[in-house]
Amino acid sequence: MKIEFYLNSHLVVVDVDPMQSLLHTLRGTMSHTATKEGCGEGECGACSVLFNDRLVNACMMPISQVQGGDVMTLEGLRQTEKGQCVINALLEAKGVQCGFCTPGMVLALYALLEADPNPTELAIRTAISGNLCRCTGYGMIVEAAKIAAEKGEGLW
Amino acid sequence: MDTVNTHFKWEEATGAAKYIADRHYEGLLEGRFYRSSCPRGRIKSVTLPTLPDGYHIFGADDVPGQNVLPIVEIDWPAFADQEVRFVGQVIYLVVGPDPDVVDELLNEIDVEYAPLEPAYTIEQSKALKDGAIHADDNVLDTHMLHKGDIEAGFAQAATIIEETCSTGYQEHIYLETQGAVCYPQDGKVVLEGSMQCPWYVHHTMAVVLGHDNVRAIQCPTGGGFGGKEDFPDVLAAPLAVAVEKLQQPIRLIFERGEDIATTSKRHPVTFHYKTGVDADGKIVAMDIKFDVNAGAYLSLSGIVLQRSITTATNVYDIPNVRVEGHAWATNTVPTGAFRGFGSPQNCFCMETHIHHVAKQLGADPVAFKQRHFLTAESHSLTGAEIFGDLVLDEMLHKVLDMSDYHRKFNEYTRQDGSQPERRKGIGLAIFQHGCGFAGDLEDTLVRAKVKLLKGSDGNVQILASNTDIGQGLSLTFRKIVADTLDKPLEEIQLAVPDTGIVPDSGPTVASRSILIVGYILEKAAKKLKKSWVEGEDQEITEVYCKPDYHQWDQNTYQGNAYQATSYGANVVEVEVDMATGEADITGAWAVYDIGRAIDSTIFRGQIEGGLVQALGYGSCEKLEITQDGVFAQRSMADYVIPTALDVPAIGSDLVDNPYPYGPNGAKGGGELTHNGGAAAFVAAVENAIGVPLSSIPATPEKVCEALARRSDEPSAQQREGQVKGSGPGNGAPIDED
Repeated sequence: MKIEFYLNSHLVVVDVDPMQSLLHTLRGTMSHTATKEGCGEGECGACSVLFNDRLVNACMMPISQVQGGDVMTLEGLRQTEKGQCVINALLEAKGVQCGFCTPGMVLALYALLEADPNPTELAIRTAISGNLCRCTGYGMIVEAAKIAAEKGEGLW
Repeated sequence: MDTVNTHFKWEEATGAAKYIADRHYEGLLEGRFYRSSCPRGRIKSVTLPTLPDGYHIFGADDVPGQNVLPIVEIDWPAFADQEVRFVGQVIYLVVGPDPDVVDELLNEIDVEYAPLEPAYTIEQSKALKDGAIHADDNVLDTHMLHKGDIEAGFAQAATIIEETCSTGYQEHIYLETQGAVCYPQDGKVVLEGSMQCPWYVHHTMAVVLGHDNVRAIQCPTGGGFGGKEDFPDVLAAPLAVAVEKLQQPIRLIFERGEDIATTSKRHPVTFHYKTGVDADGKIVAMDIKFDVNAGAYLSLSGIVLQRSITTATNVYDIPNVRVEGHAWATNTVPTGAFRGFGSPQNCFCMETHIHHVAKQLGADPVAFKQRHFLTAESHSLTGAEIFGDLVLDEMLHKVLDMSDYHRKFNEYTRQDGSQPERRKGIGLAIFQHGCGFAGDLEDTLVRAKVKLLKGSDGNVQILASNTDIGQGLSLTFRKIVADTLDKPLEEIQLAVPDTGIVPDSGPTVASRSILIVGYILEKAAKKLKKSWVEGEDQEITEVYCKPDYHQWDQNTYQGNAYQATSYGANVVEVEVDMATGEADITGAWAVYDIGRAIDSTIFRGQIEGGLVQALGYGSCEKLEITQDGVFAQRSMADYVIPTALDVPAIGSDLVDNPYPYGPNGAKGGGELTHNGGAAAFVAAVENAIGVPLSSIPATPEKVCEALARRSDEPSAQQREGQVKGSGPGNGAPIDED
């Protein structure tokens, strides 16, 4: 089945099984590998992307639902000023250890700051609670959110 | 030569880093394992499907070399042949271009077993039903250790307290599952993948193929924690066999459910303590017996056992001790390495027991622990003099101050039954970790070697086999060399850990990367600095020699069991819902002596990650074997690890105590950070609920059961903690008062 959607602001068309997940489409069909698969069942958040400006798990979304919509992955986000702000904040806070959860975390932090440019500690922890990290213990990722909020003042 | 991380973690953060599943290979075939569905039995007969063109099945008969994973003993076959010992054991590797067809072929394989009675628990293993799984007694390894005179010690005791403490399985949940791609290149069988120890993988491929034309390359690795120490061998051996035959690349990447079901876990352990206390309230003797569930093959269990034995008394100076440990064969996945490698089990059980002994005696737990601390005059459990300065008292004071422990402890201990549904508690744990390999492995397993290559442009490349699996080694190694050479970090690069390029500096395990490999990198850099010639290519090789003070006798278990020991203190604060048994972790503080941190921010990442992993271990990470010999928890929805909302901001600090044989004074620290959290958490929950707990994970269910037993039958408190006393302390409730 042919499905059209915007990927990082570019119109793309894929011809795939309509029940194939968005994650599989991104990684397998389109070789966009920044988005990671950690569990394949919507638990870990490593595959977080934005769909119509909302944070979703790409492994849980059939590609047919994406028809006509807007998908943003780290490949697109890293080219924006806001994306770079979040990435730099994560690197500055040393919130990247093994890095496997990081692409999902970047998207989650971006989504948080878009909604709330000055989040509290609790708001940050709530926003990333669907993104599991086994390395950092989360503290330095929380710090990254604060750095991105401060350094990106006016951006969000 | 490929290099990594000149801009630390930039590739990971931007999504540019290529983990194994992100890589593209021409003509790639998909591989899947056909696994045993029988926990224990003989393979009676096999029916294999007719294979379409381009599809292949590989098994034990296809192995040109030895059909084994050469981990420690030659006991774990690469492909099961005559017998199976656990559900999930690899029997065949099925390979082909279309993964759906491969899956269909897997369904068409039929193996008939002659089943035998399986043993999943230590008790079932001891029962030897249908004969032994291993040797004639199911004991895969055992060892005993004596200090002082145990009989004379107990003769001085006025009180004897016995207790059983236990720990469960723990699953690593590295975010990236196990995966590898194997391919032919330039006459060699090459494997790239997610791994901690490329030379282990290299060696395994060489053994199964019967020649050394092999090469192992580490990809960016999405976490390991010990789970990618020996386990990548399980993937590498069958892949190497298949690739050598087919001369085509094959990929094998586990789905999460397969990873949870079949990869190694932390050993469940049961410790039994018999502790003699004299009339002054001083521990004079301890008899410690413990059993570890090793799973179907030895794997690394013997060394895990050794670490538990040699550090069984934790940070305490007990004059008369006997320790005996057994590793039992069972019909479960072989248990293996996991951050701490036997120490988290030991530290939880010993800290919990000492805490209970103090309470049983009516002593303040903190003061009681402090009274028994090792001192400069002490000898270790294995008879060695204490090397360097001990800073246990300083660490303790720091962590108590940071957490406001005493005020809170007194306040929370005064909570009584009339108090509300939510009760607070605070708990402390003190702990140690032996850095580097246990015993003599640094001499017998590997002679760690590193190289520095200086180019004519003055840039220096580090060649070592140690891997950055998230712990930041790619920065700390470069910092060690850059600081020693007094050069900017940008001029120091690190080669990709590739056995075609790097020398064998040993595995990335046992907190040895800084202590051992970092140390020889520092020495190599000092040599290079001395002999530096501008504009010329230069090469320096350095091999590890242990310091003179380090003496160890593997036969008697006497001497310095480790090159060095690091120490830590944790305090955890909780609020327990008395109706549901749920414990919210509201505070966590940590102080460590790791000599001197190479990069304190990187080490803060280890502190927080290790402590949170330990808090999960103590509180929510439940993994149980069912009657069918499989894990009841099959997904990340079932096996719950802490989220950002389950843990607080962690307050941490270091005590500066430079170690003379570490780079810039550093000792190991990565594993240490997992040793104390579970005990501190359980002590905090006990403080809140007023009922002892002796096993982890202390889930809400377990807390509710403990509370229910207490309200039903107040005198049962003691039995719940399985603390038996005699003499003056006998019968005293071990409550927080």
